Amino acid sequence: MNPELQGRVFPPAEPYLVGREKVREFARAVFATHPINLDPAAAQAAGYADVVAPPTFAVVVQEHTLAQLLSEPDAGIDFSRVVHGDQRFTSTRPIVAGDLLTATLTVSSVKTLGPHSMVTAETNVTDAAGEHVVTAISTLVVRGEE
Amino acid sequence: MAAVQQTPVFEELAVGDVVAEQEFALTRDSLVRYAGASGDFNPIHYRDDVAATVGLPGVLAHGMLTMGFAVQPVVGWAGDPGRVLDYQVRFTRPVVVDPSFGATVTVTAKVGQLDAEARAARIDLTVSFDGATVLGKAQVRVVLG
Repeated sequence: MNPELQGRVFPPAEPYLVGREKVREFARAVFATHPINLDPAAAQAAGYADVVAPPTFAVVVQEHTLAQLLSEPDAGIDFSRVVHGDQRFTSTRPIVAGDLLTATLTVSSVKTLGPHSMVTAETNVTDAAGEHVVTAISTLVVRGEE
Repeated sequence: MAAVQQTPVFEELAVGDVVAEQEFALTRDSLVRYAGASGDFNPIHYRDDVAATVGLPGVLAHGMLTMGFAVQPVVGWAGDPGRVLDYQVRFTRPVVVDPSFGATVTVTAKVGQLDAEARAARIDLTVSFDGATVLGKAQVRVVLG
């Protein structure tokens, strides 16, 4: 992997409009049963504008930024050798259907451990007002040739 | 659907309390559903031949699927998915999903730390499959307000 990736900031991905049915589809896929995830009336009764996305939904938005990293011509990352090491979501507020989100990826670190490399990618997600919603941090391990 | 949950009372919590426990029965259908919902179509999550080619013991659940459902017992306990403001895991072991029998993953959620100033609890998850844990340092920060 190219060590010069460290510190690189990618251009913001195309804005992502969070759809109500997408939130419900994702919620069902992660076995979420809470009415605030599934029922707009329950979400509104709890003070939200619409259904609230499960805590890991930001991965859908983050995916677009990680695709930018993996396809970066000089990154030298072989996708078939990538293993997901760690994941973290740190939120200011939950994602709600109707949000228009913009995600920007920064490569915060690149490390080499013997034949393997580790890249930590931080995706900062903001809403239409430019306010912070969530930061998704992934550490990817790229296995070297044994 | 569960009845409306009471919000847990911060003052009543103690480090070590088990706040939720749940068993999840995954099947290959669960993996296909998650692939579609998340957009992660890596074939190691639905094709035995591809999994075998890259040296895996079988088709694996997406790590992000395991992360996604493991927090759900905490959401149920907290009474509002919006109370979960920080969630991290380390992927330490794969969950192999048998084509016939699937895979059963158990989640135990325990109070790991209490922050009285923020009225927040760190909930630590133990997520196990086949007698071993599959996530490390699985921590959820829940703000109880």
